[in-house]
This record gives sequence, C-alpha cells and structure tokens, in this order.
Amino acid sequence: MSLNIIVLAKQVPDTRNVGKDAMKEDGTINRAALPAIFNPEDLNALEQALRIKDENPGSKVTLLTMGLPRASEIIREAIFRGADAGIVLTDRCLGGADTLATSYSLAQAVKKFGNYDIILGGRQAIDGDTAQVGPQIAEKLGIPQVTYAEEILGIKDGKVTVRRRLEHGVETVVSPLPCVVTVNGSAAECRPRNARRLMKYKYAVSPSEKAKLSEDDQAFVDARPYLNIEEWSAAYVEADPEQIGLAGSPTKVKAIENVVFTAKESRCLENNDEQIEELIKELITNHTIG
Amino acid sequence: MANFYTDNPDLKHHLSHPLMQKIVELKERNFSDAEKFDYAPRNFEDAMDNYDKVLEIVGDLCGGLIAENAEGVDHQGASCANGRAIYADGTVANLDACRKAGLMGMAMPRRFGGLNFPITPYIMAADIVSRADTGFENLWGLQDCAETIYEFADEDQKARFIPRVCEGETMSMDLTEPDAGSDLQSVMLKATQDEDGTWRLNGVKRFITNGDSDIHLVLARSEEGTKDGRGLSMFIYDKRDGGVNVRRIENKMGIKGSPTCELVYKNAKAELCGNRRLGLIKYVMALMNGARLGIAAQSVGVSELAYREALAYAKDRKQFGKAIIEFPAVAEIISVMKAKLDASRALLYECSRFVDMYKIYEDIAKERSLTADERADMKHYSKLADALTPMAKGLGSEYCNQNAYDCIQVHGGSGFMKDYACERLYRDARITSIYEGTTQLQVVAAIRHVTTGTYKALIDSYAAQDVKPELQGLKDNLVSMTEKYEKAVDAVTAVNEPAYTDFMARRMVEMAGSIVMGYLLLSDAQRNNTFVKSATVYNKLAQAEVNKHSAFIANFTPDQLEYYKA
Repeated sequence: MSLNIIVLAKQVPDTRNVGKDAMKEDGTINRAALPAIFNPEDLNALEQALRIKDENPGSKVTLLTMGLPRASEIIREAIFRGADAGIVLTDRCLGGADTLATSYSLAQAVKKFGNYDIILGGRQAIDGDTAQVGPQIAEKLGIPQVTYAEEILGIKDGKVTVRRRLEHGVETVVSPLPCVVTVNGSAAECRPRNARRLMKYKYAVSPSEKAKLSEDDQAFVDARPYLNIEEWSAAYVEADPEQIGLAGSPTKVKAIENVVFTAKESRCLENNDEQIEELIKELITNHTIG
Repeated sequence: MANFYTDNPDLKHHLSHPLMQKIVELKERNFSDAEKFDYAPRNFEDAMDNYDKVLEIVGDLCGGLIAENAEGVDHQGASCANGRAIYADGTVANLDACRKAGLMGMAMPRRFGGLNFPITPYIMAADIVSRADTGFENLWGLQDCAETIYEFADEDQKARFIPRVCEGETMSMDLTEPDAGSDLQSVMLKATQDEDGTWRLNGVKRFITNGDSDIHLVLARSEEGTKDGRGLSMFIYDKRDGGVNVRRIENKMGIKGSPTCELVYKNAKAELCGNRRLGLIKYVMALMNGARLGIAAQSVGVSELAYREALAYAKDRKQFGKAIIEFPAVAEIISVMKAKLDASRALLYECSRFVDMYKIYEDIAKERSLTADERADMKHYSKLADALTPMAKGLGSEYCNQNAYDCIQVHGGSGFMKDYACERLYRDARITSIYEGTTQLQVVAAIRHVTTGTYKALIDSYAAQDVKPELQGLKDNLVSMTEKYEKAVDAVTAVNEPAYTDFMARRMVEMAGSIVMGYLLLSDAQRNNTFVKSATVYNKLAQAEVNKHSAFIANFTPDQLEYYKA
C-alpha cells in the first residue's frame, strides 16, 4: 500500500550550542547569532516517515515547513535524507505567529495539500518547547492525534500502531488514519544524508532562491522539475488574515526574566566523616539530593 | 557533534591540489555523464563541490556515530558462531549507516551504481573513517576489491557483482594461508573444474580480514602440479552459493571489530576472474597496490587521532601549576607528531593523485587508443605511483606507530590505563606496519626505485620549482640532503653486492622518503601558510634522519655484514 505522508518540520536556532550572544538585552533569542538547524525531533519524525516508506514502497514523503524563505534549507536536507518533496509556507503576514496561529496556518496548508494518510512531526521545537502545534493541527483537521511516539510499529488496514514513550513506561496504541503523530527525541535517529541524493538534489531551489540565480542556472533548474521546491503563500492556502501572524496570536509575552545562576552560600567543612555525613543528611532532608 | 572532515582544514587543502583539475576532467571524460545520470557533475567546480559535500557526509558520520561506537566495538569485538563471523553491534550500525549514506562503491563507475569518484577523494574518506574507527576502515575499505573486478573480470561478472558492492555488500580478499603469508607463491588452496566446467575450491585460508564477506576474491592453485606463482588464478566466490565456512576468528591485539577469519572451503562453487595463471602475478599485484594505499590512508587516520588525543590531553592536564603542553619536552613531542602526520598525509595524497592519473588513462585506453602524449603521461605516473605506494604505506605506517607511542607518552600513567582512547589506538596502529606487506617488504618493493633513480628524478622535479624567499632556507637544506642521499646510494651501489644493497635498503628508502616528504611539505607551505610550521619541524627531523643514515653508510664496510648474521 502506498501512502501519502506529510512531515511537519521547523528550522530553528541551534539553542543547544549557545554562546554569550544567544540572548538579546530584552531576553528574546538573537536568531542572527545562532546557526539555523533542522529541529532535532522533526528529524526523528522524518526517520519514522522514511521507515513507513521503506515498508510501503511507492509512498511519498513531503516535508511541510512554515518560516522564512531560507527554510528551504531544511527541505533540501530532508530530501538528501530520503524525502521526496517539500513545501515552504512563507509569507510576511505569517510572521509573529504563536502556536494557535501557526497551527491554523499549517492546517490550512495541509487542507490545500489534500489527499494525505498520515502527518508526522517532532514532539516540540527547541526554540519554543511548547509541543502544542502538532496536537492543535490534529484538532483543526478533526483527526486523531498520537503524541510522544517512539516508534511506528506498522500500518495495516487503514490503522497505524504506535509505541508511545510516557513518563513511567511505554504504551502501544492503534489509531485510524489519517492522524497526526508527534515523535519523541528518544525515537531512532534520522538516517544520514545520501551521497547520490545529495549530488542529484543539491541544486533544488524555491522560486525566491531561483530568482537570484543566473539565467543559465535557472534554465538548468527549469529543465529538471525535481529541482523545484514549492513555496506557498498565506493567500494560496486560503488563510483568514485575522487568524494568522501577529493578528491571529492571542499569546502575549508579559515579561521575560533573566535567570542568573550564582552560588549563594558556601560552607567550609572539616575533612572528616562526621561533618560530611551531616551535610549529606541535610541535603537529603531538604530534597537537594536523593 | 564533531565533523571529522570540516574540523580538519588540512583535508580540503589536499583535496584542492592543482593536479585535481586534470584528474577530474579526465575521470569525467569532459563531463559527458551529466546527460545520462542525474547525479553526475556538470563541470570541474561541480565535481569538486560533490567531493566536498560527500566528504562532509563522511565526516559527519565518522565524527558522530562511528567514533561514538568505536569504544564499544573494541570491547565487544567480532565473534564466531555456527560457521559465521558476527560483527559487534556498533559495527552493524556503522555499516548500515554507510549503506544508507551511499558510501559504498565510491570509486566505481556510475553505470554500475557507483559514485565515480577519483581515488583521491575516496582515499580521503578512508583517512577520515580510520580516525573514527581504525578496524571499521577495513570493512568499509574492502569495497576497494571491486576495483579488481572492474579491471579484470568480464562484462557479465562486472554487471552482476559491482552493483551489489555499490548497494553495500562487503568484500574480502582471500589470499593468505597457514604456509603462505608474505610468500604468496606457496598458496595451496585447490581449484578444480567439474565436467561441466564449474570451478570448485577446496582448502583453507587464514588471517582473512572480513572473511565472511558477501563477495570474495580468492587466490587458488588452478594448475595441478605447479609450485610457483604461475599456477595460481583468481576466483570470485559468492557467499550466496555457500561452501565456505568460518572455522574460527583470531583473538587480536587491535582492530577487534574487524573479524580475521580462518576459512574452510568445501567444494565451494566459484568463478574464474580474468585469465588462468595470472592470479598472483598480475591481479594480486594490482589488488595489493590498492590495498597498500588503503593502509597508508588508514595509518594517516590513526596518526591524526593520536595527534589530536595527545594535543587535547596536554592542554587539559595540569602539573606544577600549568598545562603540560607549556613544558618544552611535551610541546616538542606534539610538534613532531604533527609534522610526521602532515608529512605522511602529504605523501599519501601525492601518491593517490599519481594513482588516479595512470588508472584513469588505463580506463580511457579501454574506450579509445591513447595519443602518444597520453601514453607517455600514463607511463610516467604509473612509475611514480609504483614508487610512492610502498613508501607511503611503509613510512606512513611507521610514523603512525611512532605517533601512537608518543600519544601514550604524553598521557603518562593515564595512557597506560584503559580509560583513554590512546590505549586503543596504540593497539590498532600496530597492525598497519604488518599487513598488506610488512615495512620490510615495502622496502623490497621500493628499493629498485632507489637504484634505478625514480626517487631521484622525482626529487629533482620538486627541486626545479621555485619557492617563496622565506622558504628558501628549507629548500637549501633539502638540496644538501639530496646530495648526501646520492652519495650514500653511490657508495652502496659501488659495492655491487645484492646482499649489501638489501642490508642498506631501508636506510636508503628512508632517506629518499625524508627528502620527498620534506619537499611535499615545502610545496604545501608554498600554497598555504599554515604548513610552514610542519614544513620547518619536518625539515629538521628529515635532516637528522638523512645525516644519521648517511653516517651509518659512510662508516660501514661490507665485511662488517658478517656481524649482522644471526
């Protein structure tokens, strides 16, 4: 059975490698100082999608991302690793969106995409850590959702079996298709970029990137349909201007506090068992350790 | 996560050597594949960009998964059960990742599913893989055997076997036997023909790296009653046909993830590869040259790891109130390690470029006749490759061992414990100067290029190139070293006694090697200032080496050879 698979992905600042310029004065992220990367858990989701494709030959994996035009970088990355195609949902009016507006915009894009069997995405993005977008999309599309997925165990008779990683154990659930599955970082790592695919698709571009190429290079891309990455606007996905971007985002940041870790108090102990034992007892009693 | 390609700018320096333009243009036949294959490059820049980006994949995989698995693979090792060799879990994961990344069959033509890379970027990948896991480099690097099928098998065999290698099936070369190690002429494994012409193999092979591979190249005696190399032929054994079992695997000092197998052939069906009787004298020689270049790359990879481990430890470890790298005795060890690393790497890629040049011409000659100029070019590079391969393998593996030793020395007592990577790499390094021909055998292969003047001619061609004024001093030293080398060679050849030449062979090959590597680093420094340090440090080392050997030869009289007989 061949399936139409959508993978939701986000290009995020690499918050795992933060330097001293990572934050601006006002406490917001300084995106310019951080490299933009493929959100790690979205890569876990991509791997699950590619495994479904391996099991179900003829399936198609399409990456859908909302962001700046440069988000086509992660589309190429996904194609190098095995995805078939990608769409960048990009528009100035989509900027400043919170999770509600984002999930609305992406749900509109999914509706425009049409015929899909399963939507996969990472549990959450490392820049916001909300884990809300996937579930909200499922709600807006009116389809079931499976969160904290660690492995897609199989797809059969229009149903998907998923193993979920929960706080105190694992749970295996079955859901009818189509549905949204959000994948945990504990799932299998994404397969590497493939050398042949990289050489074949390295010139893949979105329309806004193509416009900057020389005429010769444009002709080269035009002659090869597989090198064209789609770019969709808010209007194209028929998004209501009131529900997107800043206008569609009820979330307001009230204040941001900088937390600075400092050593508040220090205590000197004599080098003997008695004093050390006393301190250990105290730390256990006040739940610092244990 | 580290990327072992991008964290090492020296690699890109070697990849962008001026000779690459000619290599790539010839290899890609003026980029005619671009019409037929969607992943073929359009022009030189496009091809170089492909190598660069694919090496980035290699570096990513090596700096992440493969390096992380190395310790576990070393502890678990390969094992043997029910006649099969079983890889360590980490090895299985590594192979799977390499297959998914499409890094098998890198140098094979596109029509067989390969990437059509020249040898140079392929060897660079081997250099990177070896730094991550030296033993794994063997399993991955045995894809090299496909080259022998490509060169000598018939079209049908190429079409059946090479795509399988490109898909990720592994290979082995089954040469050694209990009584045939360095002396392969004594191979006994019997090849006989059924009435219908099917070849059958019977006998035992020993010390076979990755001996339970999918596709084997087997050296066997096809001509009954013969005793020397002329009775041996090359066969392809396909594991799918069955008939070969693993009796045991060796318990080795290092490269524990790479299973070294004893194989029993019981009526195993096989196919003749190429012509009868040419197995050893032609095909194995070609196979070994490729394998030796692979070990040279493996040696450089270990050297790189040794240097980095030593450097990191010396910066971190504090004694007497400061990092130990602040002490001149430690700093000197590390500078010399880097100089040896850079020297052996420069020789490795000089050699790989020469191999590329003549092999590509050989391949073109299958499609059309070469022009007189091209034939001369091919002959020129073929001779140089033949001269530099044993030098790169022999001296590179010795430097690798010296660097592994020094890496432990820098770690002090901690280095003797099993807690640091240096202990593993010390054990892994040891084999490089033994397999695919010991250093002593590399000297045997190299010495004729001392006596016939191949090295001298190459050195003269380096000396003819101008250098920046600030590098002139280094060049002057190399010129005077060359004079001492010539004098030593003249003194030895004047005795006109083969036993005497043999006795002095290693000394003369090392002198030539010191000068060649000295010039190569000089040319690296000419192109790139970051090499001035190593070029200078190596120049000092080379001078001392040349002086030492030159004094030994000058102070020796042939009659003293008696005292060296055991």
